[in-house]
Amino acid sequence: MSLLEIDRLNLAIGGVPILRDVSLSIAPGECLGLVGESGSGKSMTALSVMKLLPGGSTMSGAIRLDGELISSFGEREMCNLRGARVGMVFQEPMTALNPLKTIGEQVAEVIRIHGQSRDPRAAAREALTRAGLPPEQFPLDRYPHDLSGGQRQRVVIAMAVALRPRLLIADEPTTALDVTTQAVILDLLKRLAKEDGAGLLMITHDLAVVADMADRIAIMKHGEVVEQGETAPLFRAMSHPYTRALFAASTHRPQRHGREPGAEVLGVRQVVRDYRLPRKRLFEARRLFRAVDGVDLTIRAGENVGLVGESGCGKSTLSRAILGLEGIQSGEIALVGRPFGPDAPSASRRDVQVVFQDPYGSFDPRWKVADLVAEPFHLVDPKPPRAERRRRVEALLERVGLKAADADKFPHEFSGGQRQRIAIARALITEPKLVVLDEAVSALDVSVRARILDLLAELSETLDVSYLFISHDLHVVRAITDRVMVMQKGKIVEAGETEAVFSNPRHAYTRQLLAATPDLEAALARREGAA
Amino acid sequence: MRISAALIVGGLLSALFILAALVSYVWTPFDVEKMAVVARLKPPGAEFWFGTDHFGRDIFSMVMVGARTSIAVALVAVGIGAVFGVPLGLLAAANRGAWYDELIMRFNDLVFAFPALLLAILFTATLGPGAVNAILAIGIFNIPVFARLARGAALSLWTREYIMAARAAGKGPARISAEHILPNILNLLIVQATIQFSLAILAEAGLSYLGLGAQPPIPSWGRMLSEAQTMIYVAPWFAIFPGLAIVLTVLGLNLMGDGLRDWLDPKLRRAR
Repeated sequence: MSLLEIDRLNLAIGGVPILRDVSLSIAPGECLGLVGESGSGKSMTALSVMKLLPGGSTMSGAIRLDGELISSFGEREMCNLRGARVGMVFQEPMTALNPLKTIGEQVAEVIRIHGQSRDPRAAAREALTRAGLPPEQFPLDRYPHDLSGGQRQRVVIAMAVALRPRLLIADEPTTALDVTTQAVILDLLKRLAKEDGAGLLMITHDLAVVADMADRIAIMKHGEVVEQGETAPLFRAMSHPYTRALFAASTHRPQRHGREPGAEVLGVRQVVRDYRLPRKRLFEARRLFRAVDGVDLTIRAGENVGLVGESGCGKSTLSRAILGLEGIQSGEIALVGRPFGPDAPSASRRDVQVVFQDPYGSFDPRWKVADLVAEPFHLVDPKPPRAERRRRVEALLERVGLKAADADKFPHEFSGGQRQRIAIARALITEPKLVVLDEAVSALDVSVRARILDLLAELSETLDVSYLFISHDLHVVRAITDRVMVMQKGKIVEAGETEAVFSNPRHAYTRQLLAATPDLEAALARREGAA
Repeated sequence: MRISAALIVGGLLSALFILAALVSYVWTPFDVEKMAVVARLKPPGAEFWFGTDHFGRDIFSMVMVGARTSIAVALVAVGIGAVFGVPLGLLAAANRGAWYDELIMRFNDLVFAFPALLLAILFTATLGPGAVNAILAIGIFNIPVFARLARGAALSLWTREYIMAARAAGKGPARISAEHILPNILNLLIVQATIQFSLAILAEAGLSYLGLGAQPPIPSWGRMLSEAQTMIYVAPWFAIFPGLAIVLTVLGLNLMGDGLRDWLDPKLRRAR
C-alpha cells in the first residue's frame, strides 16, 4: 500500500486554476522526483499536502497519508501532522532558520511542540548528529549565522527528520548550495529517508539531480502531471514531447564556430584584492582578508573564458575589480591595452559591461526599458541625440529577440527570460569588447536557459564580443566557453582549454568539482547498471 | 487598488484643516484682532459658533487662523528637515564608511540624545520667541530624522544589481542617488513626512503654549490653550475647541501616514 496517495487534486487560488487532476503516489522508502519549470505547480502540490496554501485557495480531491484522508483534516489536526508525520526541507537555508535562536533550540522546538519526548534537547542532539552535525563540533548553542550554507541546510534537515516523519518533502533543497555541498546534502536526504523507511518527495527543476535521487519521476507542466514512471525507463522512452523538450534543454549546447583569437582584450596580472575585517578588540590592528590572491587572466578578442568556483572563492570580487567598481591592492588590470580601474575614463569604461544573475533585481523598477537599456550611453561621448539613441535601443531589442515596442514597457511586465534579454541588450548598447556574465543564466529555467545560451553564443560571434562567463554551473560553462579557469580560495588552481580541463582535470579540486556535478547520463547509466 | 478607510478618514480630516487655513486668508466670520468687551466669554451659539474668549474675540475665527499658523510652521519645519536631512542621508549612504558618513551619523546621534522639545524651548528662549525661531527650532530636529531614514533605506538599495549596473555604466554616486535611489525611497520619505508633520504641529502647539511660538495678536492653538487654562470652569469652550483642533489634525495626519504607507508599499498592498 502506498504511503502518500494524491488523487485528482485540483487547486485554484483566487479563482485561477493552479493544479489540474494531479495524481501521485509514494510508497514507503521510495523517492519520488517531482520535476517541472517555475510556475508548473510542483511547490503548490507539496504545500497542498501540508495545507500551507496561501489565502483564497480552494482545493478538491483526496490526499491520503497511510490510508488516512488528510485532505479533510482541520487546522488543528494539520498542526499535529506537520513536523511529526510530514517533515519539510526548504530551498533557502539562509532564511529557513530563525537567526535569534540557537540551532539546538530550533530543533528541540519541533520535538517540544509535539510533546513526544521527555528530553527534547537530547532528542535534538540525536537529530543533529543524524544530520551530520555531531555535538562535539556543533554544540546546541551555536547560532545559524556562524554556520555555512550546507551546515544550515543540515539543521533544517535535522528539524524535518527529528520526529522520524513518514513522509519527507524537500523543495529544491540544494538549489541555493554549491555543487560539492549539493552532493553531500542529497546523499544525506536519501540516507535518512531510507533509515526511517520514509517516503521522500523531492521537488526540483534539475533533471540530473532527480535522475540520481529518485526511484520514480513525475513531470509537471502548467499544473498537470504530463508523465510519470520509473526513472530509467522514463528517461529512455521519453514518450511525452514535454519530457523530450526538457531533456533536450538541460543537455543543450549552443552551436558555436571556433574563432581565431585576436588581440588581448583583458589582461589581469597578479591582482590582489584585500578586505579589511572588523576589529574584534578595540586597539587591535585591522586584519585583512585576501579575497583575490595574485590572479592572472587573459582574454583575447573572439574568445569566451569561463571562471568557475564555489561561493566565496573570490570570483565575484574579481569580476567587480575587472568592471572597475572596486580598487585593487596590487597588480594591474588592462582593458584593450589601457590600464583600467575605478578612476578609468569613460572612454575605456564603455569597453566592458556586465549582466547579472538576478533578472528581477537588475532593473530600477521605476524606469522604462528604453531608458534602462540606454543608461550606458552615459559613457559615450558625445552622447548620441535622442532619436538616434532610441533607434539603437529598438534595433538592439529586436536583436536580442524582443520587440521594438517593448521599449515603452516597465521591467515588471516581462518574464525572467525576457528580462535577461533586456539585461543583455543593456550590456551590448555601448558595443563593448568584453561582457562579464556573472551567473547570468543561473536563475533561469532550463528551457529558457537553453535559448539565452543560444542567443549569447550567436551574439558573441556576430558582434565580435568576448565573454568572461562566471558560473558555478559546469555544464553551462562547458557549453559556451573556449577556455576555463578554476578558482579556489582566491587563487586560480587550474586553467586551460575548456574541453581539455573537463575531460582531463589535473588539479584535485577540479576533479572534486567535476565529480560532484550531477550528470544525467552518468546517473542513468549507474541506475541501469544496478538494476 | 483599494484605498484603506484610514487613508480616507485621515485625508478628509487633514484636508478639512488645510481648507480652514486657506479660507482664513480671505474670510473669517469675525476679525480676530478686534476685541469686543461686551461680547466676552459668550458660550457657543448661533452668532459665535464656538463662543468667544475673554476679549470677546470669536473662537471659530481664531481656530481657523490658528490652523494657518500651525500648518505654516509645521510645513516649513518639516521642509527644512527633508531638504537638509535627505541629501545628508543620501551622501552618507553613497560613501558608506567615509569620515563624513561617521560625522553625519554621530551628529545625528547627538541630536537624538536630547529631548527635542526641551532643546527647542532652549533655542527659542535664547534667540527670542516668535514664529520664525519656532520654525527653525522644530526644523533642526527634523533633519536627523530624515537623514537617518534616507541613509538606511538608501544603503539597502546600494547593494542592488541595478545600482551595480548603473555604476558599470559609469555613473557617479551623486547621479545614481538622484536618478535611482531617491525615486525608490520617496514613498518612505512621504510617509515619514506626514508623521513628522503631525509631530511638528504638536511641537508648535507646545512652544506657543509656553509663549515661545507665534506672538500675539496672531492666534495660535497652543497659546489659546494656555490663555483658556485659568478660565476652564467659566468658559470650557475656550479650551475645548483649540484642543480638539490639535487632536483632530494630529489624528488625521497620523491616519493618513499609516494609510499612505499601506497604499504606497506594494508588498503590504499585495498581502491584503
